[in-house]
Amino acid sequence: MLAQQDAFEAERNARMVKAVYVYEAPLRLWHWINALAITLLAITGYFIGKPLPSLAGDTSTQYLMGWIRFIHFAAAYVFAIGFLGRIYWAIVGNHHARQIFLLPIFNARWWSEVFYELRWYLFMVREPKKYVGHNPLAQLMMFLFFTIGAVYMILTGFALYGEGLGEGSWADTMFGWVIAALGGNSLQVHNMHRLGMWVTLCFVIVHIYAAIREDIMSRQSLISTMISGWRMFKD
Amino acid sequence: MTETFYDVLRRQGITRRSFLKFCSLTATSLGLGSAAAPQIAHALETKPRTPVLWLHGLECTCCSESFIRSAHPLTKDVVLSMLSLDYDDTLMAAAGHQAEAILDEIRTKYKGNYILAVEGNPPLNEDGMFCLQGGRPFVEKLRETAADCKAIISWGSCASWGCVQAAKPNPTRATPVHKVITDKPIIKVPGCPPIAEVMTAVVTYMLTFERLPELDRMGRPKMFYGQRIHDKCYRRPHFDAGQFAEAWDDEGSRKGYCLYKMGCKGPTTYNACSTVRWNGGVSFPIQSGHGCIGCSEDGFWDKGGFYDRVTDIKQFGIESNADKVGGTAAAVVGAGVAAHAAVTALARARNKTGIEVKQEEH
Ligand code: HEM
Ligand code: HEM
Ligand code: SF4
Repeated sequence: MLAQQDAFEAERNARMVKAVYVYEAPLRLWHWINALAITLLAITGYFIGKPLPSLAGDTSTQYLMGWIRFIHFAAAYVFAIGFLGRIYWAIVGNHHARQIFLLPIFNARWWSEVFYELRWYLFMVREPKKYVGHNPLAQLMMFLFFTIGAVYMILTGFALYGEGLGEGSWADTMFGWVIAALGGNSLQVHNMHRLGMWVTLCFVIVHIYAAIREDIMSRQSLISTMISGWRMFKD
Repeated sequence: MTETFYDVLRRQGITRRSFLKFCSLTATSLGLGSAAAPQIAHALETKPRTPVLWLHGLECTCCSESFIRSAHPLTKDVVLSMLSLDYDDTLMAAAGHQAEAILDEIRTKYKGNYILAVEGNPPLNEDGMFCLQGGRPFVEKLRETAADCKAIISWGSCASWGCVQAAKPNPTRATPVHKVITDKPIIKVPGCPPIAEVMTAVVTYMLTFERLPELDRMGRPKMFYGQRIHDKCYRRPHFDAGQFAEAWDDEGSRKGYCLYKMGCKGPTTYNACSTVRWNGGVSFPIQSGHGCIGCSEDGFWDKGGFYDRVTDIKQFGIESNADKVGGTAAAVVGAGVAAHAAVTALARARNKTGIEVKQEEH
């Protein structure tokens, strides 16, 4: 439904107009805050498991691990609250805002466009299509790796956080079951949370590459769209 | 007239003075405060004695060893005389058929009213033949005695989780008690072994208050397993400061820095070692310079190195950890992206210099 609407809109608009307003301000703001939060989370998270070289000197004047963990938790709150805000925006925003939460999996045309995009990335077709919102392949990837990934990182992250806050704390009450559900040994949850960081990193590599590549290669703007909100068509 | 615990203790030669001391000791070790001491005394004086049967399955007897070394001799005397009356094939005087007869007697006389303490676990493969007692598989004895008990105490990591005899590939199929007995309240007191004071306190609590202490999600008593080693570790300031021992004999380890980088499992282990400590409060592993190995956590024997912080994940089939798997994946993705970019650039260059791409009408 969405894709059809998209495609319809694209076809109608692209012929006549050169620019469409796609991403509203709250969504764009969220995108960049979220990107920053994830960057901080990945860096600090890496050093939580593999700490920096030991510091010498008076213990009472140092708090390196403390700060690293503090930044991780602060960024985690930004990430999690941002994600909640993003869900809210999916409800009240325009229909592009819903794309990363709802996949039109029963729509044959959408699937055929997913495969079209795949062929485009495999150099099997010469011409990319035009899309107002996300291209269907990007939408699928964002749903699988970002939306599901974010829920996974929030569930495992706050479960670990609840261990620090202690038994009976809000985080333990709301998320403590995650540890029990994953076998009960939080060492496992640490490892799985850490693995989640690498999955996120893989998504980010592909995502940034695709954004830059499509910005150059495709028939529409991308990076500037995520900054200004306007999708510009080049032909 | 039915016998009370107090009657038994007096008969065992414990004075009233010692008895009252024991009650206040227990009250404080349970974190109940001194006001609870008279309550405990009253319960022990008036309530009919609840028998405890102590079974041994596949195990190494380290739980019993720990138990009989309970710090305060008074606690040991009292609790032992509470227990040894009934059945514990390692500690009791009776042996052979005489001993096994006691099991039957308690089961019928105190039907639904005795506590079953299990040290070790039953192996289930080959119909339980890997652990035979009195010519019968242990699992049968366990099922029989469990059928009429009031509650079960799973002593140690064997009974609670399976422990080393359940390590992959677990040839005997050693199985924790709660996976065999599913219709009785079970309290897990994990550890390899559990701390003596924790064991005596749990028994006393159950005998005096006739109910299970409050349990956490995993079925462990909250009062002793409510916090991680890391939460009360005296090396924690070094952790927060980022001061770690990097090798066993380096400057940091001599200075007593945090053992996190040496694989300490304190941050993921729920137990009372960093508060109650061992051998009468003398020390505990981290205080002796070795990281916690997480012996009271499920699967600690199968979760990769005791000396790694980011440990191997067995699900990957090979010895590998999150960083190796994830790092490799990221490198592959990175290389893929670079190759893709190169092909893209080539195709673009060819298109520019060669035949113009036919402009499609859109
Ligand atoms: C994309 C998001 C995130 C990434 C990439 C990330 C990454 C990481 C990594 C790599 C670790 C180290 C794991 C280890 O080796 O033990 C870690 C630990 C942790 N993370 Fe996250 N994390 C994310 C989100 C969150 C969230 C939302 C929370 C919620 C509060 C959170 C809370 C924690 C906690 C409590 C720890 C353990 C800290 C400790 O043991 O001292 N994380 N994170
Ligand atoms: C941690 C880093 C990042 C994450 C997790 C991330 C995640 C996302 C997500 C979830 C969306 C979908 C937005 C929505 O529909 O709500 C998106 C869109 C987008 N992102 Fe990122 N992003 C990151 C970094 C970047 C960077 C560095 C760039 C620029 C080079 C970028 C460029 C874009 C663009 C251009 C779009 C819109 C795609 C389109 O128009 O179809 N992102 N990103
Ligand atoms: S030695 Fe272990 S338990 Fe103690 S602070 Fe370091 S990591 Fe935590």
